[in-house]
Amino acid sequence: MIKLNNVSKTFTLHNQGSAVIEVVSDVSFAVAKGECVALTGASGAGKSTLMRMIYGNYLTQTGEIRIGDIDLVQAEPREVIALRREVLGYVSQFLRVVPRVPTLEVVAEPLRAVGVCAVDAEARTRALLSRVNIPERLWSLSPTTFSGGEQQRVNIARGFAHAYPAMLLDEPTASLDAANRDVVLSLIEEAKARGTAIIGIFHDEAARARVCDREIDVSLFTPGVAA
Amino acid sequence: MTPLLSVHGITKSYGGHVGCADVAFDLYPGEVMGIVGESGSGKSTLLNCMAGHLTPDAGRVVFDTRMDGPRDTVTMSEPERRMLSRTDWAFVHQHARDGLRMGVSAGGNVGERLMAVGARHYGEIRNKATDWLERVEVDPARVDDRPTTFSGGMQQRLQIARNLVTGPRLVFMDEPTGGLDVSVQARLLDLLRGLVRDMGLSAIIVTHDLAVVRLLADRLMVMKSGHVVEAGLTDQVLDDPQHAYTQLLVSSVLQV
Repeated sequence: MIKLNNVSKTFTLHNQGSAVIEVVSDVSFAVAKGECVALTGASGAGKSTLMRMIYGNYLTQTGEIRIGDIDLVQAEPREVIALRREVLGYVSQFLRVVPRVPTLEVVAEPLRAVGVCAVDAEARTRALLSRVNIPERLWSLSPTTFSGGEQQRVNIARGFAHAYPAMLLDEPTASLDAANRDVVLSLIEEAKARGTAIIGIFHDEAARARVCDREIDVSLFTPGVAA
Repeated sequence: MTPLLSVHGITKSYGGHVGCADVAFDLYPGEVMGIVGESGSGKSTLLNCMAGHLTPDAGRVVFDTRMDGPRDTVTMSEPERRMLSRTDWAFVHQHARDGLRMGVSAGGNVGERLMAVGARHYGEIRNKATDWLERVEVDPARVDDRPTTFSGGMQQRLQIARNLVTGPRLVFMDEPTGGLDVSVQARLLDLLRGLVRDMGLSAIIVTHDLAVVRLLADRLMVMKSGHVVEAGLTDQVLDDPQHAYTQLLVSSVLQV
């Protein structure tokens, strides 16, 4: 489902003496349907960079990133937009929303975007919000004022609202208590059972052991310290 | 899929000074594109060239019309272009007073655009105007008041209602949230996002506010000195800017 071929990435900081930083080079791996792969490596190894390259918000200089039939490196912006709407989900560490939009709408948005009718989207949203233990009295409020853990759970509910065939998870269990962590891990297991290909970053080793089939050490792709 | 708007080599200079140079892109139905850049970078010149307010020195602006398919709007006749700007196009000005008739009631402002496309039944026009005031969160009881008695945020929302009442397919916006209070900005952003999604609009938004484009635009073009220096997906351009100027722009935003 997700396939990387000889992917490399450098950052050029034009305003800081044109410093060139090589982050990862020659990355190749594939993730099959229903498989969950963890990216590991020390902080700064390039896990998040690689994840963002696969989502397309970091530009990839060379190589090929195939998600389904599309090569993300060559794709037009509108193809990437369609891919993200239908195929590729991403749960980031932070929730980013328009202020004042109620939580119910925030979570329902990915469903509405793929054409699910308002009634069905709301039913699915309500089920998910109860599952991640967001109290019902908060549903009509904007999540911008929620606590960190609540925002994280709203973000997860939003990420799992639509059944994407491929998902990227950036520390989905960080800042969650044991009960909620368990809920999130079950959501991941259900997604895998549906055939979703998942790439995740988990600092929580027990979580990694429970849901991940393989680990990929990103530091193997880190080039020696460059110029 | 045919692009809704296809822009080729748009160039406009003011005497020896470059307004914008050789700008080209395609916009597809339902897409929202942001144009950012510092003051004087040519974003408004470009927007005005595309919307037919300025005649470009060179280039084509091809719009996929309902009747005849793709047509170059630069070379079409003035009445045809005017018809387009009343029906399929809308233009939201930065200053609401540039886009409204200040001496005419709020309802009249919305109704005027309907009458321009042939609506004649007073009751229907009034109903539709009232309905649109509600959609942009202006109290319908104010339908007979003049926009001069409205606050800046209300005027801006009235301008949006006036523009969207005829169900356009492409909206040009010049700094739609500029000069507004941040709380009003958030409300307007939420409103615009909802309208864009529900009506399937395509939009081109000129702004210097990167937070606005991140929330509203799918794609982004960065301009400097009349040239497009970078273009791509909004989050890619903002999270991983490639050009020196974009890097400077992104790193200059104050964190709240």
